Amino acid sequence: MFGYYLDLALRSLKRNKVLTALMVLALALGIGASITTLTVLRLLSGDPLPQKSAQLYYPQVDPRPAQGFVAGKTRPMPTLTYTDAMNLLKLHKARHQAVMALTHAKVMPVQGSERPFFSDAVMTTSDFFPMFDVPFRYGSGWSARDGEAHARVVVISDTLNQKLFGGANSVGRTLRISSHDFRVAGVLAPWSLQPRFYAVRLGGRSYGDGDGVFLPLQTALADKMRPSNLNCYDTGDLSKLKRAPCVWLGMWVDLPTASQARAYRSFLANYVRQQMALGRLHRPETAMPDLMQWLRQSQVVPDDVRLQAWIAFGFLLICVVNTVGLLLAKCLRRSQEIGVRRALGATRRTVFAQFMVEAGIIGLAGGLLGLAFAELGLWGIRHQPAQYAGLAHLDLSMFAFTFVVALVSSMIAGVLPAWRACVLAPAPQLKAS
Amino acid sequence: MNIRPIFSSLRKHRIPTTLIVLEIALACAVLCNAVFMIGQRIGDIRLPNAIDQAGISVVTVQGTDPDHARDVIARNLATLRAIPGVQAVALMNTVPLSQNGWNTGFTTDPATKGFDDKYVNVAEYLITSGGDKALGLHLFRGRFFHADEYAAGTLGTSFMPTGHAAVITRSFAARMWPGHSALGKVLYMGDTYSYTVVGIVDNVLRPNRNGGDARSFSHSVFLPVAPVESAMNDYIVRSAPVDRDRVLRASIDKLSKLEPAAVVKGRTFSDIRNAYFADTRSMAWMLVLVCAVMIAVTAFGIVGLSSFWVGQRRRQIGIRRAVGATRGHILRYFQTENFLISSLGVALGMILAYGANLYLMQHYEMARMPWYFLPIGALTLWLIGQFSVLGPALRASNVPPVVATRSV
Repeated sequence: MFGYYLDLALRSLKRNKVLTALMVLALALGIGASITTLTVLRLLSGDPLPQKSAQLYYPQVDPRPAQGFVAGKTRPMPTLTYTDAMNLLKLHKARHQAVMALTHAKVMPVQGSERPFFSDAVMTTSDFFPMFDVPFRYGSGWSARDGEAHARVVVISDTLNQKLFGGANSVGRTLRISSHDFRVAGVLAPWSLQPRFYAVRLGGRSYGDGDGVFLPLQTALADKMRPSNLNCYDTGDLSKLKRAPCVWLGMWVDLPTASQARAYRSFLANYVRQQMALGRLHRPETAMPDLMQWLRQSQVVPDDVRLQAWIAFGFLLICVVNTVGLLLAKCLRRSQEIGVRRALGATRRTVFAQFMVEAGIIGLAGGLLGLAFAELGLWGIRHQPAQYAGLAHLDLSMFAFTFVVALVSSMIAGVLPAWRACVLAPAPQLKAS
Repeated sequence: MNIRPIFSSLRKHRIPTTLIVLEIALACAVLCNAVFMIGQRIGDIRLPNAIDQAGISVVTVQGTDPDHARDVIARNLATLRAIPGVQAVALMNTVPLSQNGWNTGFTTDPATKGFDDKYVNVAEYLITSGGDKALGLHLFRGRFFHADEYAAGTLGTSFMPTGHAAVITRSFAARMWPGHSALGKVLYMGDTYSYTVVGIVDNVLRPNRNGGDARSFSHSVFLPVAPVESAMNDYIVRSAPVDRDRVLRASIDKLSKLEPAAVVKGRTFSDIRNAYFADTRSMAWMLVLVCAVMIAVTAFGIVGLSSFWVGQRRRQIGIRRAVGATRGHILRYFQTENFLISSLGVALGMILAYGANLYLMQHYEMARMPWYFLPIGALTLWLIGQFSVLGPALRASNVPPVVATRSV
């Protein structure tokens, strides 16, 4: 029976080529726009570390004076002071913990003829690598002892290793950063998280290439490297970053179980109470969002991307309504044909099925063309200057989803006309002719 | 023209009528909001910035030895001044729209302790002697800095310079002292820093928006400093627009040779501005594209449905023609019908558009849509409706009266 409906549908679609083309084109444009914006939205709001994101937390305390504090309303500052970060780090209450800040490292060329350049760098502590499952191609990170001993060791990215050492195993080689020699301890395999969650409030990009250089925090501070984002809540001596009334460090902790997370929350609250008793802190509010909560709070996904998705779906809705109208017009025009079929014994169900098959064909054609439009749209986005431009590709699940959207929207569009067709009483239609 | 028969005919075709009404309503809602968003973005892209945008280049020198900053800066400034075609040179900490934010906060009340909501966030521009000429600032009231004010400003280990003079933008002056002249008034920060406003300039944009609205985007303060600070690395080089590209190339070349260990980068200010607004511009274009395609889809939908309607009513049209209706009557019948349907759609659409705007305002950084966007959107869709129905209506008016006498 299905084959027969298919034949009928194709004949009917062929009979009115312009109308068919209009329906397919409108549906395809709506689907193309929606899939393009949805792909970008999904890409930007994705989970950068799916295997671990549920157990990574971002503890926050508020170092500002009591004045201006409204309990329950004032949120802690997005980063930590050096003192708080170091206290929490040294108490070592989580499986892994690391503090970090972004900076720009001046890398001197290995060959004499080239010019120095700045590379995006992370100043951090030893747990950074095991905690974030950072993949190494050669070597490894540094030990906690190396970090405390101000060892001049560095971990570099695959890209930087290609640029400086031609991709060879450079572990043990010397790299001059600013005016000091560092020993390469490890080279990463290609690694760029999207979004780069650890950099979100540290003054760096949220998307795009990964960082090039990873340095022990104490060493970098000793070499007078400055954090990219320094946020001060009082005036003070900025040359002494460790004491300045400024926040600039982000901290992540790894708490594999829910009970450990609960324990860390109460530990954090206790820490603040104790610091308030000492007179160092003045605001009791703490926060500890997990990775995905932190990304939502920080609003990493640009508003424009969400607005685009809204507009695209509004557009798809218009296209679906448009298709309903055109399908309905077509099917009402064929009242007589339906009357004949009904009179010859076709049940309502078969008439309904026939028209749904016709709608489905339009949906599939619309989906196919929509896919082409989506590819075109994504190609356009890849040529935009946005940070995330290079990432805009259609993946397999979005490919499948396109056809689901196409079929579902064409079915929705087809139900009303098909229903109208199957409830037509056959007799008047036959009489009229 | 009697519209009652139109109504009774529409009532008979409830479903197609509802569909067109719905399509027009949705198109109206999306169109109003999209056009509003386009307008906002064009407004951003064209924000006034009272510096010599066509003549300025910015050369950034980083990675020099901070202990010799004084000598390095003096030598760099002298080198840049010696390039033929250069009109003025100065050193700054950051430049407008460079995304390199230097933000601080000021209050007008010396009694305020701590950094709370009495502080107004503002972009802090540190400039060395001649900075007003290098940037091409437009003085609105007061004066620029004297030589002794430049000499008195040093950063040391703070983020605020010593010294007590400031030049501020008109929008920041209006924010701090609404309705009063800002000249001679004092800006305070904590117990340590205070600056007397000696001049007011036309609005200069901040390095980045920093989460504020369009007005706070031009809250900027200029503070004078001596050319001794290693934290400042943006050299402003001004020339005639025709010389600009050559001057920029020469500047990068000379400074790179002078400082082999430094990283020297240069961009024209036009490039900086274009890069800043690139995302905004592409969003605006994307919205324009969607609007255009949406209008086309809506128009084709109306053409399709009206054609079907005309086809279905050929006999009735024939009968009307046979009993004396002119072509004009038939044409106007379909036009009026479309006008009525569009009006319904537009009425519903304006409500939808308003609701969508409220929703977007709540969840996204979006302003309230001014009321006049609604009638403009309505008018557009009315016109689209009339335009699309013209073809089918003309075809209807060409139906010969003889059709009435034939069966089918």
